[in-house]
This record gives sequence, structure tokens and C-alpha cells, in this order.
Amino acid sequence: MISIQTDDFDAGSEYAALRDSGAGTGAIATFTGLVRDHGDTLDVSGLFLEHYPGMTEQVIAGLIEEASLRWDVRKARVIHRVGRLLLQEQIVFVGVCSAHRADAFAACEFIMDALKTSAPFWKKELAEAGEHWVEQKASDVARGEAWDK
Amino acid sequence: MTDQTLTVRFFARLREELGTEQLTLPAEKNQTAGDLLAVLASRGGPWAQLQGNQPVMIAINQAMAKPAAAVKAGDEVAFFPPVTGG
Repeated sequence: MISIQTDDFDAGSEYAALRDSGAGTGAIATFTGLVRDHGDTLDVSGLFLEHYPGMTEQVIAGLIEEASLRWDVRKARVIHRVGRLLLQEQIVFVGVCSAHRADAFAACEFIMDALKTSAPFWKKELAEAGEHWVEQKASDVARGEAWDK
Repeated sequence: MTDQTLTVRFFARLREELGTEQLTLPAEKNQTAGDLLAVLASRGGPWAQLQGNQPVMIAINQAMAKPAAAVKAGDEVAFFPPVTGG
């Protein structure tokens, strides 16, 4: 299931829902991304996140499908927030249920890495000095491409 | 009469710098996404960056596409900077 929302989410409830994925699930891997105080600029006070409604959901659904072809994925959950977010707020949640941990870890990491370089979201850093659209990082691109090998 | 236009959308930094969220343009025969970029870049000013040094990503009907991809009447074409979510 995929949700793009302005509201915060409860990672505990999401984990509880992932546990309800059948007796074949032996491992759950989750990732949560937070707003931190430094990025391209120092003294970041928050973020503004924009997305392309419709395309975003399609791209993420494709990533979950790809993960399901490569690894044992019994259930997957992706939440991404948009709009204005303050320091330490949650931005993104990825959770994957698998039979074994290796598949859960890999699928969770793949979905997160691929989301960063292919899902149409854009971050703007808000700081005392002004606003700044974040540039795509070569390290993120490299992480995304590493999964193609 | 069929509508011989296509919709062009801009996001994030491009949306702000062009001061434009959406445009309706006439659809030409044998047109590619790259042709659209060239037409828009020729408006000059901030539009020139569509063919500048910074990469511009392209989506046609909400799927990533290359500049050589064909665009036709009724399509939704989007131009945006490299994505930075997560």
C-alpha cells in the first residue's frame, strides 16, 4: 500500500499492520527518514516537499512490483509526506515483510534507494539564510544504479 | 473537432523560476519532447535554462521519457529537475 500525505504517520501502527501479513512472514524490515538540521546548507529549519500527484504513486507501485520479482516480499508499505515539515519530523516510511531477513533488508533498501532517484518528489530546504532547492546527489544516483547490476 | 493541443507541466525549481505551473501548447506533427523543450527555451529569459547546463527530466503521461520520445495531441508532458525525495 502506498500513501502520499501531508499528515504525520505512526510507525508503530504501521509495524503492527505489517505483522498482520500471514504466518509465512519471518522478517520485517522498516526504514524511517527524518528531517535533519543540515543538508546542502547548514542551519536547516525545515523542508518543503513537492510531488507529482499520480506519477509518484505509479512509480512507487512499480518499485514494489520490481522488489517482489527480485525478493520474497509478502507485504510492502510506503508512506511519503509532502508539504511543509519541521526538524525531526518523519518524512518517509518503507516497510517490507519477507520469509527471511536477507530479502526483507534488501527489498526495503532497494525500494528506498530507488525511490530517491526515480519517484517525482522535490525537497526545498528552509533556513535562516533563505530557501534552497536540494540538488540530486551523485551518491544517491550511484546507490540507485548499484541495484541494476 | 478534436483538441489538437497538449499539456505541459513544470515542477519544483523549474515551476518557480518559470513562474508557470501548466501550459497548453498546440500539438505539431512528428514532435518530440526535445522539440518542445527547444520551442520553450526559445522564449528566452528563464526559459533558456530548459536547454542549459542543468539536466531537465521529462515525463510523458506520467512515465519517465527521453528527449527523443514522441509527443502528440492530448499528452501530458512534464519537465522537472532531478528528483530529491526520500
